Amino acid sequence: MMNRRHFLHAASGFGSLALADLIAATGNPLSPKAPHFPASARSVIFLFMPGGPSQIDLFDHKPELRKWHGKPLPASVTKNLKLAFIKPNANVVASPRSFSRHGQSGAEISDLLPHLAGRADDLCIARGLHTDAFNHDPGELLLMTGGMQFGRPSMGAWVTYGLGSESSNLPGFVVLTSGTGPSAGSNNWSNGFLPSTYQGTPFRGSGDPILYLSNPEGFTPEMQRSRLDVIRRMNEKRQGETGDVEIEARIASYELAFRMQMAAPELLDLSSEPQRLLEQYGVNREPTHQYGLHCLLARRMVERGVRFVMVSHGSWDDHNDIDKSLQKNCQVTDQPAAALLADLKQRGLLDSTLVIWGGEFGRTPMTQQQRPDIGYGRDHHPNCYSMWLAGGGVRAGVTVGSTDEFGLEGVEDRIHVHDLQATILHCLGFDHTRLTYLHAGRNFRLTDVAGNAVAKLLKKGLA
Amino acid sequence: MSVVAAARAIAVDVKLTMAIAVAATAASAFAADLWSLRPIRRPELPGVTAKGDLNAVDYFIRTRLEKESIAPAPEAPKHVLLRRLSLDLTGLPPTPADVAAFLADSAPGAWSRQVERLLKSPHYGEKWGRHWLDQARYADSDGFRADRFRPHAWRYRQWVIEAFNRDLSFDQFTFEQLAGDLLPNASMDQRIATGFHRNTLTNREGGTDPEQFRIEQVIDRTNTVGTVWLGLTVGCAQCHDHKYDPISQRDYYRLFAFFNEADEDHMDAAMPGELGPYLQARPPFDLKRRELLEAHQVPKLQAEWEAGMFEAAAHPGARLDWDHAFDDLRTDCEDGEKILRTPGASRTRRQNKILTDYFLSNYSRVISKERKDELKFDAVLKQLRALDATLPPASEAPVLRAFDRKSHLLMRGDFKHPGEAVEPGTPTSLPSLNAAGPRATRLDLARWLVARENPLTARVAVNRIWQEYFGRGLSRTSENFGNQGESPSHPELLDWLASEFMDSGWSLKHIHRLIVSSATYRQSSDARPELAVRDPENKLAARQARLRLSAEAIRDSALAVSGLLSPEIGGPSVRPPLSASATIGKDWIESAGRDRYRRGLYIQLNRTAPYPLLVNFDAPNGYGALCRRSRSNTPLQALNLLNDPAFVEAARALAVRSGIEGGNNFQRRLDRSFELCLGRKPANDEREWLLEYWQKQPEPMAWTGLSSVLLNLEEFITRE
Repeated sequence: MMNRRHFLHAASGFGSLALADLIAATGNPLSPKAPHFPASARSVIFLFMPGGPSQIDLFDHKPELRKWHGKPLPASVTKNLKLAFIKPNANVVASPRSFSRHGQSGAEISDLLPHLAGRADDLCIARGLHTDAFNHDPGELLLMTGGMQFGRPSMGAWVTYGLGSESSNLPGFVVLTSGTGPSAGSNNWSNGFLPSTYQGTPFRGSGDPILYLSNPEGFTPEMQRSRLDVIRRMNEKRQGETGDVEIEARIASYELAFRMQMAAPELLDLSSEPQRLLEQYGVNREPTHQYGLHCLLARRMVERGVRFVMVSHGSWDDHNDIDKSLQKNCQVTDQPAAALLADLKQRGLLDSTLVIWGGEFGRTPMTQQQRPDIGYGRDHHPNCYSMWLAGGGVRAGVTVGSTDEFGLEGVEDRIHVHDLQATILHCLGFDHTRLTYLHAGRNFRLTDVAGNAVAKLLKKGLA
Repeated sequence: MSVVAAARAIAVDVKLTMAIAVAATAASAFAADLWSLRPIRRPELPGVTAKGDLNAVDYFIRTRLEKESIAPAPEAPKHVLLRRLSLDLTGLPPTPADVAAFLADSAPGAWSRQVERLLKSPHYGEKWGRHWLDQARYADSDGFRADRFRPHAWRYRQWVIEAFNRDLSFDQFTFEQLAGDLLPNASMDQRIATGFHRNTLTNREGGTDPEQFRIEQVIDRTNTVGTVWLGLTVGCAQCHDHKYDPISQRDYYRLFAFFNEADEDHMDAAMPGELGPYLQARPPFDLKRRELLEAHQVPKLQAEWEAGMFEAAAHPGARLDWDHAFDDLRTDCEDGEKILRTPGASRTRRQNKILTDYFLSNYSRVISKERKDELKFDAVLKQLRALDATLPPASEAPVLRAFDRKSHLLMRGDFKHPGEAVEPGTPTSLPSLNAAGPRATRLDLARWLVARENPLTARVAVNRIWQEYFGRGLSRTSENFGNQGESPSHPELLDWLASEFMDSGWSLKHIHRLIVSSATYRQSSDARPELAVRDPENKLAARQARLRLSAEAIRDSALAVSGLLSPEIGGPSVRPPLSASATIGKDWIESAGRDRYRRGLYIQLNRTAPYPLLVNFDAPNGYGALCRRSRSNTPLQALNLLNDPAFVEAARALAVRSGIEGGNNFQRRLDRSFELCLGRKPANDEREWLLEYWQKQPEPMAWTGLSSVLLNLEEFITRE
């Protein structure tokens, strides 16, 4: 077995013992691994909304703000407020959206999200999210990697590192982006200091869905197969001569590459999906086509064993003209996201798939823009904002947490992004303090040095 | 006394290196237990019973092997040895002629002739310079959202390559990078070296507190020195006393203070031959530029705009569009606020250009659309850019300069909560630093780092060299020599190499020569199943290691064997073509001509979107000092080598080359392909398999396909 262990070290670069312990006996760093305890979720779809969607206009109804509309908030409530651009004494803009209660749970959701409102009883809306960063890069990094500095592994990388992948012909961690993309770019799906095996693989909107997936010009599938066969033969011979087990992994990665070449077109081929379903996702229709396609692909990937899918759409960074921009972003995303929940549920996949919707922070009740020719906007707000979760062992049909009457501070059930990460890992069967990787002389983890899984979000609590 | 004056005071006597007094008693009991903090004493060479061509390195390795009754591995075949040596010293495979010459050289000293030849190659500086650039967190862009291109970053890379090639002693190498500006009569080159600390990320995101990110940069500089020279994770002490290592939070902020007393600066750094044509072209250029600006009323409008900026700075909240414009100037424009606040007459030529160009691009933010359309500044900018292109290049460099600034301990690492004042100083558990002047400077710190008494620097440096040759350091945790690090497998060898490094006058080439000349280095890298249980990680060096090549070496090898490689050394970064589906940022304007085929270390490194090959094969993107790369093995790597048009192009070129050099006979052409790629001829079974493959391919693609097979072999991307 020591031989195997040596191989594991080689395969993982300078893999720690923790990694070696995690890797199953097959030697493939992506083969499925058992978590710390029984999991409620097997895979994750993170509907990432970078830029900071406005909770005040979507999920966190603040009728009190009408009284303050056009005026600054009292200095006593804003005195400790530190914002990116505006001064705390900027004028309030109450949400022009109308809110109503939906489903048996009576969740309050604004009229910008009519389709999602129809799935209210699937949702666990958390209103007390908060973060430490009031700028995009550090905020996105804190949400996705647990730290505000560049260079740390993203949530998807940690999850794939911890659980491996159940797909033998697709990457374990896939990224789909539309819109302008998150500001911290690929750092949101980077493997950081984990081996690159765990990096998110972006599926591309045009050309090859995966970079260099197509055979070179002039190479038919048969030629590709014969090329791979002779490479394999030569590599096997070299392994016999040198006894290096790393060559076995190289051969395996070439075979997986070939299977990816075969599987990706099948994944992207929607001809087996009923027309009605495509319509539900808004595929082949604007403005929902691309996001709808991404949501549908996310389901198809999860079905095929992909562990972590990030579906990013944005930006939601509406410093001005926010009402119009929100309508636009919601028209793009609302229907597909709701269709995804319905589709997962209908296929019995929602129980094992954790769906998360949200961005790096929320937005202020105060306006940012004063120019008469441009509509009002809202600034970044880290102190309280909303996300929703569904499936994968989280409670359905509940709203957790509340904020003060101005939407400035969380009051009940505040959830730091580290707590959210701990909760996500908990759903996947991990004690977030024990999923670690030795780097630069210390054990790192997704939640840095903080975070607690939030029992109130979970069907079974923390038991 | 100011920092600058203090530095001058030191400079009075260049021999003041000796001014660093050592307080041997300073080390705490905690520290004394740690192997890496014990003084370095040169061990006696052990005696070994084995005979043969052994050097000091071998004595230490063999003594241990004899104790374990393990025989060393046999020497690797000669063609493998030369390929290994060539890839290790230059990052490039040997040519068939190199291999033939070495095979034919049966005279004594054949190996050392190859070692000397390759150590003299200018490609040595590229190979080992790149290893240093990993630690220097080099990149060609700012990082963060804007990730703006750094057009002058390469000037520091140039300095690194040249420093390695002239074997600049590691102590001088240290002085110049950390404090080149403080050296007496600092030369241009010595100041360029301070670009080491300009590789720090820069956040230009709007709404950012500039002081917060300045502090972040100082923290990065402090941590980088801790990791790169001391092998200590000092960064842990940023918020609290170090949990494992003898570094208090106060120690941390004393180190921090050295770099807090520095600011970013910029200098003219012309390359040889640039200055003449540049100076000649400048007067007519200046005249044309002035005329163009005046024709569009730019001086007048810019003056109004500047007044508006001052107004916004003085009365924030009065006009929000101006507030944003001012905020953007502070973050988006390099030194924007500083230049604004410099009176027009005192601005440098460069500052004038920066501010005017910025004004032209951003004036529209504070004027109406009608006014914007009327002014047509976009067209002016276009004309200015065309004019810029007519001016011959005169290189510039980002550097550091001294700056007076008080430092404080930051409570919980938070810049908004300064605690007690601290002076520059070094951790108390390490030998003490006695500054030459009344206040310690970066130069004192640099001297302290390479003082004979410093137990860490030499050990850390030689261990990282060993790691590159054997796949693991004598201490595996080459970035951490603290309590959480791993004790060395051969502590005497590590100390002997460290002593030898210092005694040789800190010559890096001396250490390289010692290691690659050893019989230990020349061993076969084949696995030894009988040792798989006893020594699974090959800690005892009872064989060599098979190591997957770096991202850069894979590219360089493919370009070299196919004959496409442009072997030019140095210069600005290049942008090789990208396939259509690999869009990596807006400004990827493909390089022309031979620049498409430059070595991997010259590829423009955008931190947020690096060139795909670099990401796929574990090259760092410059977020922090990296002392050892991982070597992963992924399907994306396979797709990269199989299908990336750049590798297909190399395969096509290799097919042409093997045809020219090997002729039309299948066997001879195949032999030539093997010699080029692997430094050997194919075995009979390999020849059969490849013939069978070749016969199945359609005629025009057959040799390209076969060449591509060779470029995809595990043996090709591995240094055996």
